[in-house]
Amino acid sequence: MAQRSVMTVGASLLVASLALAGCGDRGDETSGTGDTGGDAKVAKIGVIAPLSGDLSALGKGIQHSVELAVKQANDSKAIPGWTLEVEAVDDEGKAEVGKNGATKLAADDQIVGVVGNLNSSVSQQTQPVFAAANITQISPANTGPSLTRGADGNTRPYKTFFRTCTTDIAQGGFAAKFLIEQGIKTVATIHDKKTYGQGLVQYFTEAYKAAGGTVVAAETINPDESNYAPVVSKVAPSKPGAVFYGGEYPQAGPLSKQMKAGGLNVPLMGGDGIYDPKFIELAGSTSNNDLATSVGEPTENTEAGKKFLAEYEAAKFAEPAAAYGGYSYDAANAIIEALKTSLKDAEDAKSARQATVDAVGKVSFDGVTGKVSFDEFGDTLVKVITGYKVEGGKWASVKSENVS
Amino acid sequence: MTEFLQQIVNGLTLGSLYALIAVGYTVVYGIVQLINFAHGEVFMIGAFGALATWTVLFKGQTGLWVLPIMVLGAVLVSVLTAVVMERIAYRPLRGAPRLAPLITAIGISVFLQEAVRLFYPGAKSKLTFPEIEVVTGSALSIGGLQIQRAAIFTVGALVVSAVLLWFFVNRTRLGQGMQAVSQDPDTAQLMGINVNRIIVIAFAVGAALAAIAGVAQGLLNSNIDFRMGFLAGLKAFTAAVLGGIGNIQGAVVGGLTLGIAESMATQFIPGQFGGSAWKDVWAFVLLILVLVFRPQGLLGARVVDRA
Repeated sequence: MAQRSVMTVGASLLVASLALAGCGDRGDETSGTGDTGGDAKVAKIGVIAPLSGDLSALGKGIQHSVELAVKQANDSKAIPGWTLEVEAVDDEGKAEVGKNGATKLAADDQIVGVVGNLNSSVSQQTQPVFAAANITQISPANTGPSLTRGADGNTRPYKTFFRTCTTDIAQGGFAAKFLIEQGIKTVATIHDKKTYGQGLVQYFTEAYKAAGGTVVAAETINPDESNYAPVVSKVAPSKPGAVFYGGEYPQAGPLSKQMKAGGLNVPLMGGDGIYDPKFIELAGSTSNNDLATSVGEPTENTEAGKKFLAEYEAAKFAEPAAAYGGYSYDAANAIIEALKTSLKDAEDAKSARQATVDAVGKVSFDGVTGKVSFDEFGDTLVKVITGYKVEGGKWASVKSENVS
Repeated sequence: MTEFLQQIVNGLTLGSLYALIAVGYTVVYGIVQLINFAHGEVFMIGAFGALATWTVLFKGQTGLWVLPIMVLGAVLVSVLTAVVMERIAYRPLRGAPRLAPLITAIGISVFLQEAVRLFYPGAKSKLTFPEIEVVTGSALSIGGLQIQRAAIFTVGALVVSAVLLWFFVNRTRLGQGMQAVSQDPDTAQLMGINVNRIIVIAFAVGAALAAIAGVAQGLLNSNIDFRMGFLAGLKAFTAAVLGGIGNIQGAVVGGLTLGIAESMATQFIPGQFGGSAWKDVWAFVLLILVLVFRPQGLLGARVVDRA
């Protein structure tokens, strides 16, 4: 009998631990902004981004920026007779979790549009889900070119998908030129084998070779690991002038630090995935002179951007707007702009979905990141990229350029 | 040649980490025939223990003198976790079918990961590990080889731990008690050895070494996160099997072999199947080959098969 009772203790412990694990994954959802006064009908804008895990700094910025846009629309009664709400789900930066989250949003009849995802690899999975439900999806951060242009570069796979940031073709090209201008003619590339990293390295390599640079080594890392010493040692003998990394800051930061601790004292360069204060925190004091490119002009450099950051500040969100705040705000406003026409005569939110998709394709207004409008592929027409350098423990912008 | 030696250095560093963790698997297995899959989490908690010690007591300090205290903090937290784990989760299942403790171990592993993620401030994303003078910072250059300072700490920690462990197992009464229990727990008990106590000590010894490995990994990689125990635990378990499970020397040899195999595969296997993308594949190919031709592991498993 004693034996049996202790068995149950063990079993219940296991059940408890599993249940706890389950809870943890969904612990960060928040939703609801603005007043819900009167008998206004409710339409929801979804947010799907990594709200927990390594990339949550970026995801939370996306969520709050959308919340800000929605709050302002409600305050100014932008859409008479309707109240907007935000419904945020966590994709943890993982494709499978994102697909489940997208399915959950798509099943909600009040959802008219969605801002997200952060990762191109996750959007690949969520695109078909939103497309099947006719829900407008605007990504503030997906730079993978095939999302709007298909594998052949010329067919738009989903009519419901738009983005406010530009693509890795523009970013890779700019990065190559930027590096040559810094006087660095040889480079080793490393990527994390994810859609974003691999694509960025590919477009960078093409442009870098065309601009007269040499790629002396090409390696990959496993993003689940955190010891990159063997890769660093493999790359070091080829004496690159810099390491170009395709991936995100949770790996790039430690990689930069381990490069320098392993005797490879050259700058690490990356794309918008590493342009985050957390990169410098992880890379430590040896990260000075590391380089990055990111989409758009620095938010704080433009008048509209300053206004956005001031309003964001005033709203007292727990986390900063991060790299994609401006793009998320513009994405949410593009949806709201479209809703002004699509919801006007609509019975309910669900029946307005198709009209919203059509209207988003036609929007044109001045946003935080420049003119917000989309071409026939759903891509933004603004292709500004900025080069950054770590100086004194901070990202400093070096130059911006419109590469279109 | 330089590259070869450089990768040997990298391999030894990585291997020392695996070896320190693998000892924990092997010591526990040798005594209770339990694969303690939560051992990787004990390693992870050690790293967080060190970080917490530093954050609470020495925030901002970079002097070498804080390192021993951080190690001590790590060891305390890990040992406590392991002992409580043994008492609450494994002891009640002693004598139960083997599958029950194994599944419990996996449950505890998930439980500990999520507990750290939820309750350690900021642990939802990677945390920066403190920089300590002398053991972090720019690499030492010796005859063309670049040696990470933390690598010296890691290998040194393995050497010191291995010597102390050998002394403990072979030269102390408790250690001899451990050997006796691993050979025949029933007879050992008849001889007046407190088997429960020996088992707790086995868990504690493994946890102490895992905690040191946790600090070493923090210093090496400059960051820690709540998932770090999973992959490290898996690799260390592989190392223990490679060397011969239940055999302490085997765990050390297996760990070093696995580490060197991984770095060599990164450097010297050319073409599509080479590079760091395939290093784990080659490491496991090595494991399979060893198990096909020497199922007892490199140094032979030291397990008395009790029906």
